[in-house]
Order: sequence, then C-alpha cells, then structure tokens
Amino acid sequence: MTPPNKAPSVRHGTALPLHRALMRVWGSDPRFRGWFTTTNNNDIGTLFLIVATTFFLIGGVLAMLIRAQLATPQSAFMQPEVYNQIFTMHGTVMMFLFAIPFFEAMSMLLLPGMLGTRDMAFPRLGAYGLWVYIFGGSAVIIAMLMGLAPDGGWFMYPPLSSAAFSPGIGADVWLLGITSIEVSAIATAIEVIVTVLRYRAAGMSLSRMPIFAWFILVVSVMILTAFPPMILGSLLLEVERAFDWPFFQVENGGDPLLWQHLFWLFGHPEVYIIFLPAAGMIATILPVMARTHLLGYGWVVAGAISLAVLSFGLWVHHMFTTGIPHLGLAFFSAASTLVAVPTSVMLFSWIGTLWKGRVRMDLPMLWILGFFATFVIGGLTGVMLAVVPFNWQVHDTHFVVAHLHYVLIGGYVFPMVAAIYYFLPLLTGRTRFFKLGEVAFWLVVPAFHVTFLAVHMAGLLGQRRRTWTYDAGQGWDALNLIASIASFVMAIGFALIVLDVAVNSFVAIRGRRNPWGAGTLEWAAAIPSPAYGFASIPIVRGRYPLEDDPDLAVRIARGEGYLGDAQRNRRETLIVSTLEGTPCQVAVLPDNSLLPFLLAVVTSTSFLAPLFDAYAVAGLALGGVVALSLYWAWGLGARQDAGPVDAGHGAMLPLASESAKPPGWWGSLFLLLADGVHFGSLLFGYAFLWTVAPNWPPPSYLQPDALPVVLALAGAVSLVAGPRLAVRAIGDARASWPGLVLGLLGGAALAAAAASVMLDRPDPAGHAYDATLWLLAGHVAFHVALTVLMLCFVGARVAAGYASPRRSGEARIAALWAEFTAVTGLMALGAAWLPGAFG
Amino acid sequence: MLHPAGPAAANIAELWWILLFGGTAIFALVMGLLTTAVLRHANAATTDAAPARVWFWGLGLAFPMVTLSALTIYGLVLGERLLPRDAPDLVTVQAEARQWAWTFGYADAPDLATEGVLHIPAGQPVDVEITSTDVIHSFWVPRLAGKLDAVPGHVNVLRIEAALPGDYAGQSAEFSGRGYREHVFTVKAHDAASWAAFLQGGPP
Repeated sequence: MTPPNKAPSVRHGTALPLHRALMRVWGSDPRFRGWFTTTNNNDIGTLFLIVATTFFLIGGVLAMLIRAQLATPQSAFMQPEVYNQIFTMHGTVMMFLFAIPFFEAMSMLLLPGMLGTRDMAFPRLGAYGLWVYIFGGSAVIIAMLMGLAPDGGWFMYPPLSSAAFSPGIGADVWLLGITSIEVSAIATAIEVIVTVLRYRAAGMSLSRMPIFAWFILVVSVMILTAFPPMILGSLLLEVERAFDWPFFQVENGGDPLLWQHLFWLFGHPEVYIIFLPAAGMIATILPVMARTHLLGYGWVVAGAISLAVLSFGLWVHHMFTTGIPHLGLAFFSAASTLVAVPTSVMLFSWIGTLWKGRVRMDLPMLWILGFFATFVIGGLTGVMLAVVPFNWQVHDTHFVVAHLHYVLIGGYVFPMVAAIYYFLPLLTGRTRFFKLGEVAFWLVVPAFHVTFLAVHMAGLLGQRRRTWTYDAGQGWDALNLIASIASFVMAIGFALIVLDVAVNSFVAIRGRRNPWGAGTLEWAAAIPSPAYGFASIPIVRGRYPLEDDPDLAVRIARGEGYLGDAQRNRRETLIVSTLEGTPCQVAVLPDNSLLPFLLAVVTSTSFLAPLFDAYAVAGLALGGVVALSLYWAWGLGARQDAGPVDAGHGAMLPLASESAKPPGWWGSLFLLLADGVHFGSLLFGYAFLWTVAPNWPPPSYLQPDALPVVLALAGAVSLVAGPRLAVRAIGDARASWPGLVLGLLGGAALAAAAASVMLDRPDPAGHAYDATLWLLAGHVAFHVALTVLMLCFVGARVAAGYASPRRSGEARIAALWAEFTAVTGLMALGAAWLPGAFG
Repeated sequence: MLHPAGPAAANIAELWWILLFGGTAIFALVMGLLTTAVLRHANAATTDAAPARVWFWGLGLAFPMVTLSALTIYGLVLGERLLPRDAPDLVTVQAEARQWAWTFGYADAPDLATEGVLHIPAGQPVDVEITSTDVIHSFWVPRLAGKLDAVPGHVNVLRIEAALPGDYAGQSAEFSGRGYREHVFTVKAHDAASWAAFLQGGPP
C-alpha cells in the first residue's frame, strides 16, 4: 500500500540504491492484501487516523441531531427513547472511539520519526490494536443503526444500567465495545512506552528527547494505570447483567456507588489522557511557529508528570453530590484546584516561548491561539466546578456540558487540528494549496464560543443535561436556538477541515522537506516517510539535531548512521540504553503478517458473540485466541545463536532476542503493571463494599481450612522457584524440565486452593461478598492458566532448540508472569480468607 | 440558581458572581499576555528573554497557588455553613425518589405522606433525608439550595430553607431513563399558620 518505489527527495549516489534495498525489506505487501498484512507504523497510523476521523464525523452528526432536537421547546423531532440513545452514543463515540484513538494514531505516525527509529517496538501488536478497535467500534455503531444502542448516558450508572432497568442488549453493546477500545488502548500504550524507552536514535538521552515523546510516555503510563479500574468496572457490570452477581444491588450487599468510584478513577485521568497529547503537540509546534526553542523544557516535563500524578487524586470531584462527608470533599476540592498549577506552568511556558520568539501566523498557529482562548475559559470553569457549593448547584446542568466541551474541544480538538496542519507536509509530502483551512478556522472558533457560552448560560438558568426537551418560557428558549444555529456553523467548519485535508493530501503540489524549519528528527526523513523511516539510524548530540547539523538528512539518507544497509535482509533497528541513549542492541522487527488481523477477528468474536447468546461461538473464538497467540509467539526467535552483529560505526551489538531482557520482557513488565492495577482495583472494590455498602457484613464468612492455605503457600513458593530454576538451567545449558515441572505443580496447587474458595461458597449470586470471592479466586485461576500455558510453551521451545544460554529471554518472560501470579494469587486468597480467620 | 429564594441558594449565587468576576479578570490577564507575546516581534530587536523566574516561579506557580488557596478556603468555609447542623427550629422531612415520582414524609407527622409536593415551613431550616428505591436520582430545588443524590441504600441529608412562603420548582437532576424530564416536584413553603394546619392534616 505504501508506493513501493517512490524515490526519496534526496537523490545521491548511495542514497537511491540504499532506498531501493531497504524498500525490498520494509515494503508492505502490494494491493488489497497489503491493507490487512501491513505492520508498518505509517500504514497503521494512517488507517488509525482515517477510522478515528470517521468516528469523529459520526459523533458530530449525533451532536447535530442533539442540537436540532434542543433548538426549540417541545420539539417533536425525537422521542426520549431515541434521544437517550443519541446523547449516550455522542459521548461514547467522541470519548472512546475518537479522542483516544486519534492521538494514538498521531503517535504511531510521528513517534518513530521523532525518536529517530524505524518503526514502533511491537509492529504486530500495533496492527492488532488497530483491528480490535475497528471491529469493536464498528459493532457499537452498527448496534446504534439497528436501534440497539445503550441509552443510560455515557457513564452508565447502575442500577439504571443494570439488567432490571436496562433490559435488552444496549448496555452490553456499550460494555463490550468499550472493552475492545480498552484492549486496543493498552496494546498501543505498551508499544509506545517500550518504543520511547528503548527505541531511539543513537545518543538521544532522555533529556534530549523531543517534548512530545515525554508527553506521550506520561500518557501511556496513565493509560496503563487508569484503564484497569474501568476494565474491572465493565467486568463487574457485565457479570452482574449476565449472571446476576450483585455487585451494585443494594439488597444483596452491593453498592451502586462502587461503579461511580471505579468509573471516575478511570474517567478523571481520562480527561488528562486526552489533554496531555494535545499539550505535547502544542509544546512541539508552538516553539517552531515562534522560531525559537521551548522555554523551560524541564519545567514542562515536570508539569506533565505532576499533572498525571494529581489527576489520579481527584476522581471524587465528579461525585460531590453523592453524599460524601464534607471532610472528604474538602480534600478532593483542594486536589482539584491544585491541578490548575501544573497546567498554568505549561501555559506560561508557552506564552513565555512566544514572548521570546518571533511568531509566524500560519494556520497551525491560528489554531493554537484558538486553543488558548478556549482552553483558558474551560480551565477557569473547571476551577469553579471544583468549588463544592457551586458544584452542588450546577452539577448535571448544561453548565457542566459547556465546561467539558470547552476543555475537550478547546484543549484537544483545536490543538489536534493545529497538529494535522503542521504535520500535513510531513505525512503527505505536499504543500497545502487550497486554503479552505483559514475559512474553516474563522467558522469553527467563533461559532464554538457562541454555542457553548449560550449553553453555559442555559445551565446557570437551570437547564438540566440529558432532558430530551423542555417547556417554553423558562428563560432559555433563545439561548438554545442560538446555540443550535452556531453549532451548525461549527459543524460546517469541521466538515471543511476534513475536506481541506483530504483534498490537499491527494492533489496539492509536492512540497520540500522541513517547510517550518523545525529542529527535530521527524523532519529529517524523506517525505512522505518511506516504510523504513530512516535509511540509517541518526546519531544525535543535542535536543535539536537538525539545527546542530543542517546536512543531517542527507547523511542519514546516505546510510552514514547506524544500521545503514539492508544486507542482512531483515527489518533491523537500534535499541539504546534507556537513560543515555547509548546503542546496545539490534532489534529485528517482524515482517508483514496476517496474524494481527486474524487474532483481532477471533478476539472481537469472543467479545461480541455473547451479545447474541452465542456462547459456543464465543468459546470457540477464545480457543482461537489462544491457538493464534501461541502460533504468533512460536514464529519469533531462532534455533541458533547469531552472536553480535555489525551495526556500523564499528559497533558489534547483540541481537535483542539474545539479550537477557528482550523487548517482550519489557512489554510484559508494563502489561503486568496494568494487570497489577486491575488487581489493586479489585481489592479496592472489596474494601469499599466491606466498609461502605449497606447490608454488610454478609450472613457468614468463609472459614479457611488448613489444607488450602498450605496448598496456596507451597504453590506460590514453587511457582516462584520453579521458573527461576529453569532460567538458571537454560543459562548453564542444563536440563530445564525440573524447574518447569516444579512451576507447573505450584500452579496446580495454587489453582486447587482457589477452587476450594469457590467450592466452599457455591452461590456467587447470593451476596456481593460471595461474588467478590469468586472474582478473587477467578483472578488466581486465570493467571495460573496463563502461567501454565507459558511454562508449557517454554518447555516445547526448549525441546525444539529455541533456547540456549544466550537465548533465555522467553523463559525469563514466563518467570516474570509466574512471579506475578504467585504474589497476587497469595494476596487474593489471603484477602478471601482474612475476614473468616478473624471475624 | 441566579434567582435565589433562600440562604443556601443566595450564598451560592454570591459565590458565582465572585467566580465570574475573578475568572474574567484572570482570562483577561492571560489573553493580554498572549496578545503582547504574539505581537511583540514587531520590535524584535530586543532579545531580553524573560527569565524563568517570572514565567515559572511567578506566573506558573505562585499566582495560581495564591488565588486557588484563597478560593478553596472560601469554598470550604461556605460549604461548612451549608451543612445540615443542629438548629433549634429544625424541621426534618423525607424524600423518597423512584422512577418517576417523589414521595415525601414528615418527621412531625409520621402518618402523613405526600406525592409530588413537599411541604415545608418558610423561614425555618429544613433537613431533607433523601433516598431512592430504584435507580439513582437527585433532589434539586435550584432557588433554595444545591442538589444531592438519591442513592438506593443510602440516606443523604440536604439542608434547605425558603425565606418566604410560596411554590418552588424542584426536579431530579440525575438521568434516570425515559421519564427523566417529567421527574419533577414542587416545594410548597407555608407561613406558620398554614404549616400547623398542614401538619394537622388540614387542607394545604
């Protein structure tokens, strides 16, 4: 799909042959098939971007339907049944199907270029994330077109979203669709983290990274820590809906507030997960537009990190009206206002940057100014909402609606439009020719302010959100009509932007490299970026390598960096040390493959089949997931040691697959971080129900017997020791099976202990306590199953000759998972037994 | 909420005007700085890069810290004043929400229950004990006070007070499905005589 033989814009004696050689190795499959087998970040990013934009347009149409309905009092355009679906879907589509995937797409497209590497760390995982997102998102939209959309509001509060009050599959569609997005987001986040930490240009230390890399790194860690509570929440709600386990039913020991905590533990960081990538774009673009460097790089990085940390401490500010004690509110109110501090550090860094530079008023700069004018207002209304008494009045009114649109459109959409226009020359290789963008700007920004200032005012006058219509004469008829008319103008503006970008992508004139005079590496590759990215891995000595060395692009194209040839006929890129950026390994990336697509098909089938009660199909698909994953993992690695390879510049570097901690180990580490947060949320939920929920304690506690306790302890110890012994045995070229067998026995013992919990409390639908015990035991069983699968896989790999003292990485990965299983398994069973032992 | 008819709502309305003026001032300041920064390149000969001291320690840290601390403390003190505390002439009522109706009970007349209309005495503090029997709702009378959720299994207490007798519109403010829009009620504030009559079971 990437045109296979487009010459790079630098023609030189060595550059062109090198380009051709690299394209033979890195090029995507031709024609139609290429769309499904490509793993290249350019292709995946482009597809991601197109799909996310499509969802933005769908969400926009839904918004227009809402405004059409609200334009006049007592409108007969929609009935509440339809309106409730429309506004629920508008929020869901914009938050989950547009905002998150859109910045993921941008980072897929731009990150390797910025970091000076050739692709993302896990190209197939990226492709998998894309396809899962496409299938899950499409399923949600198709359900809406069939009239089966969820209608409980995009934050789905139970009991309204429980089976009793939301029969039908609407809420299930929401939950399963969202699960797909979560899977996709976590896959991408892991990929981004490992890429930023390990895959960079030679000499690019952390402090020399482009500022966007910092922001997207922070955001990805946030995704891994904020999504798991939401995943747990969806799991609890889905299990309650399907099997009647009463997590949110008061009469059986549940509590609807548990959902609100889990949802906002995700939902509030989510706001910053959306804002920070946009902030990273501003910090990237604005200094270039001001022809200077970012003022206070370190301050901005510190601001991003503190914002991320603070954002986890204020989820309760969405729950000020739920009856939480005032002292608790005081804490969260203070924390909520505190987030304004790092935000203002960033804002003043940017204004200070403009102050010291000479600003050019190109289109990206216009949009950034639009961002300032809008986001500052959104931030100020946000501070207002953090003041508890004020919140009590305007909570759940249109004032909140207006506030969140100021923050999300002003703080996310406007900077992203700036980013699209700024990077368009890079992505398409063309210079913008048709100037619809300026017209669109002057339509969108003023119309936005008219719309949402009116909506603010309607909220202050008492208009509630989510009512399908209103009576005339309450003082807000004119405001609503004005908001609706202006919103249509805004929609026309957004349509013009999409049109402008599409037209300029295909028919504008060819552009030159680095039209804005930026100093970062993404502008050093040929435009549009070829599949291999850089013909050789750049060597950098500062934060702005293109300014330090104006000829850098030519020298990269000539192959004068690292790995500047294609002789080994495989996709190679450089791995550097995390802190200093010293070259230390050579990574071999996978070729084009249909596996990600196929795995996404079976994964999505296993999610979606239960909607239609096709449990057999779901089970079959789940088997397919396991089989394909094993096949996927089997295709990696080698049967012989390769030894160090020549990376250029006299560096003989080991292959990543022959290092003690291969990329897969790093990926596992961050996946386990998310898994650990998920487990922590489960313990939080347990403690919350125990202390807050009415109808506790349960009629009786589980009484632990000696045998399961001993089994659990012995199992955990062997699960830690066995795989470690196996790793050591592989390292010493001895037989690894005793360690693996010990690990398997340990897993079996731990699973037996977990089974005893379920056997002793056979009715998870009886009380939330029993349901929670089943979840804890289920956590253990699931992770034991996973570990057993991995240990068997390692055994088979050893037998097939895929392990050696150099190639012990796979065993180490399995050992990592085994340790996690043992530790969280003991904690889970301990939590299950504790009340009975002491109560 | 901009036409308060009781002490709680009046306090919050006052808070809003303070927030609005403060917010507008800060917005004007930021926009002023931004405009100056953008237009400044006209006399670009001067290259005095404003030091980090001003941008970061001053505007980035100190400025929001000071304004936000003041605001947060003000908000909390105000919040404390709005809390349901003991008062000599306190009246307690119960509000029970369900899809899509409200039932009100009265501590001073346990046999009395009203549907859709909450009766209170004017000029006296009233604690409303709010709960729900099905999904989550929210009790909100904009002209009297802020809102508080009705959560099944929990009882939340909201302090309201109407300065003068009269009818005040109330509504649920938490989305509850199809009948959400019509999930409204009225608060009827009585003078002393008609409140006494109401508690006796007389015509309201």
